[in-house]
Amino acid sequence: MQDILDIVKKSGQTFNQRFIAMAKAAENTIDPIHLSEEAQYFVDRKVVFDMAEGKAPYRPRYVTPDYEKFLKQGSSFLMLDPPKDIFEAVSYLMILYHHVPAAGGTLVYIGHLDRLLAPYDKDEKETYRAVDMLLKHVDRTISDSFVHCDIGPYDTRVGRIILDLSAKMQRPVPNMSLIYNEHTPDDFALKAIEAGLVCSKPSFVNDAMYTKDWGSRYAVASCYNVLPIGGGGYTLGRLNLMELGKLAGTKESLVEDLLPRAVKAQCEQMDKRIQFMVDECHFFENSFLNDEGLIEKDKFVGMVGLVGLAECVNTVLGAHKPEERFGTSETANQFAEVIVDKIYEIVTEYKPRHGRFYLHGQVGIAEDVGLTPATRIPVGEEPELPLHLAVTARLQKHFATGIGELYPFDATAKKNPQSILDIIKGAFKMNMRYISFYSSDSDVIRVTGYLVKLSDIEKLENGQAVLDNSTVLGSGAKKGLKILGRKVRGI
Amino acid sequence: MLKAPVIKIIPFSCVDGPGNRSAIFFQGCGFHCKYCHNPETINLCRHCGRCVDACPVKALERCDAKVIWKHQLCCGCDTCIKTCTYNSSPKIRYMTTDEIIADITASLPFIQGITTSGGECTLHHRFIAELFDKIHYLGKTTFVDSNGQIDLRQRPHLIEVTDKVMLDIKSVDDQEHRMLTSQSCKVVLDNLHYLLTIHKLFEIRTVIVPGLLDNHRNVDVASKIISGWPGVRYKLIKFRTWGVVGELSNAQTPDDSLMEELENLVRHNGVSDIVVV
Repeated sequence: MQDILDIVKKSGQTFNQRFIAMAKAAENTIDPIHLSEEAQYFVDRKVVFDMAEGKAPYRPRYVTPDYEKFLKQGSSFLMLDPPKDIFEAVSYLMILYHHVPAAGGTLVYIGHLDRLLAPYDKDEKETYRAVDMLLKHVDRTISDSFVHCDIGPYDTRVGRIILDLSAKMQRPVPNMSLIYNEHTPDDFALKAIEAGLVCSKPSFVNDAMYTKDWGSRYAVASCYNVLPIGGGGYTLGRLNLMELGKLAGTKESLVEDLLPRAVKAQCEQMDKRIQFMVDECHFFENSFLNDEGLIEKDKFVGMVGLVGLAECVNTVLGAHKPEERFGTSETANQFAEVIVDKIYEIVTEYKPRHGRFYLHGQVGIAEDVGLTPATRIPVGEEPELPLHLAVTARLQKHFATGIGELYPFDATAKKNPQSILDIIKGAFKMNMRYISFYSSDSDVIRVTGYLVKLSDIEKLENGQAVLDNSTVLGSGAKKGLKILGRKVRGI
Repeated sequence: MLKAPVIKIIPFSCVDGPGNRSAIFFQGCGFHCKYCHNPETINLCRHCGRCVDACPVKALERCDAKVIWKHQLCCGCDTCIKTCTYNSSPKIRYMTTDEIIADITASLPFIQGITTSGGECTLHHRFIAELFDKIHYLGKTTFVDSNGQIDLRQRPHLIEVTDKVMLDIKSVDDQEHRMLTSQSCKVVLDNLHYLLTIHKLFEIRTVIVPGLLDNHRNVDVASKIISGWPGVRYKLIKFRTWGVVGELSNAQTPDDSLMEELENLVRHNGVSDIVVV
């Protein structure tokens, strides 16, 4: 019971932050999911991990409702008719946000805001006020930079207002992505880059890649998690390749023996958690979102997250010299590709009881030390930028539920945003899926995938409570992942 | 096979023309500007060997009366440059155009083109013409960063394959230009008019040095010349002491109010694209 007392007494935590921690503590007093001996073997060795989502999963980790449908039809459960103007539209969205479940307690996707609001955009001043209210509401109530808003690919007045307000507000919430494709006009993309260099958002999404995986109806949620609209992600497992690499004696034993066993173990854990959620907790039968068609069971998927590819490759190859290591050495990069191909093959073959499983490049958790997110090149070992971009793109091909990399640029780039657009266009032609960037002089910066305000981290570290939950994670990542040491690109 | 002395190649640059570009810097310059930020790029090495003994990591070697730079061993401390009394650097690679292209191959998907700079790159006009021809074949643009010291009207082979030039207008007064650079500005101004008439001028740049130059006159005259040609940018550059040796090494950087004043003058003269750095 000491841990419960710790939660309610913990300083520097708001009521809501304590409330969420209390709910998690209650959930974790039971242990209804039982793994096979083989799967437990990998859990015990920290290879397979349920992301501490909670021991009794009674709701999906991520829900990405069809907000467009909601605005068209209203909601009988919420007693709302379809909105008639932009203020009703914004107000009804805020109401629905309150009812979207998520494992972390707060929602991760607030919609493709420009597409949702464009039909109600009649008067520029009114639209500006309405969007301002909506963004402030999300920032001050959800207060978690895993909540994500999408814009693009087309240039709209609402899209421009969202970019203007984001640059002006200088807040980490909401996280933001620009869906980018060959139809996105350069001047809109440049406006997004200018905003990105002052508030670290939006990131750019390679629409061509994700359309191949999902069609055009996908959402970018949380850090950069890509999921079907009107569905979501049941659960996110995390395969720690760094730990798996320590168990492997040779390349062959890793690829032929350990990887297939560990990936299946990760899938088993996810499969059983989803069965508990769907078959025993009857999530869908108890959701008005499902009754009203805002979510559908067949649009939910499971996400197999990966971390520590870099450490795995370097450990198994015994690569110590800089020129032998992952990122710089072609031999190491090729081996990394073999590992990812193998994981993809096993995950694709696995047939869970509900939905299908897809790969995801996990960004790390605050407690990670010396463990590089997803398939990234470790901080401090980045090769020259052209090679860094090429290696990153090459390892992202199988990650249909999202993967991303971030590049801090020297503030000089603000005078030439076109230079960043050229880099993005080149990276997307090489099939990179997602790219984030920020300017080295920004206060709002990206920590692996989510945003934090550096000035808030300072406050928190001085024992003051701050509004944004993600600040706590950012403070951890600053210490464990040396995030502030990411190589700044002077271009 | 033509070869030229390359100081360095920057894979990505956002300050050498439009968009993202690879920038290639060539050794050698006919001007001796008092405010030169990298005077070690002015002369070609005469292999005196002073730097060989000074190098702390033995990255320089004497071989057949020449100084050889072993870039794998170099730690980048610049002791050699600080030791040199001849405004030169031993850290030069004599490269062919194919070697330069091989060097920037990884950058090609991410750049609009390349920019050659220096030193004064047009001193190697035949080499650069060959390089630009190959770069055009790769579908990329070619920009020259020049102080206009050689008569470009006499170099049609270079101009033909050059998309745009970025030209320094250091001073419009011949005496002042000689005082600053050791050379006349006549060829520079001829080049300015020539590049405007053939639509190959991207921007002009003037370094503002309070106390040394008649900044108002230079900016006034130059901006009036380009104002009839929409789309040509004027870049006003604050003098900074980085790398400067000699009498200007402790000179003052212009304050923001002077830069603003000059920016307004340029705008008043009818130029709309102005960058202050």
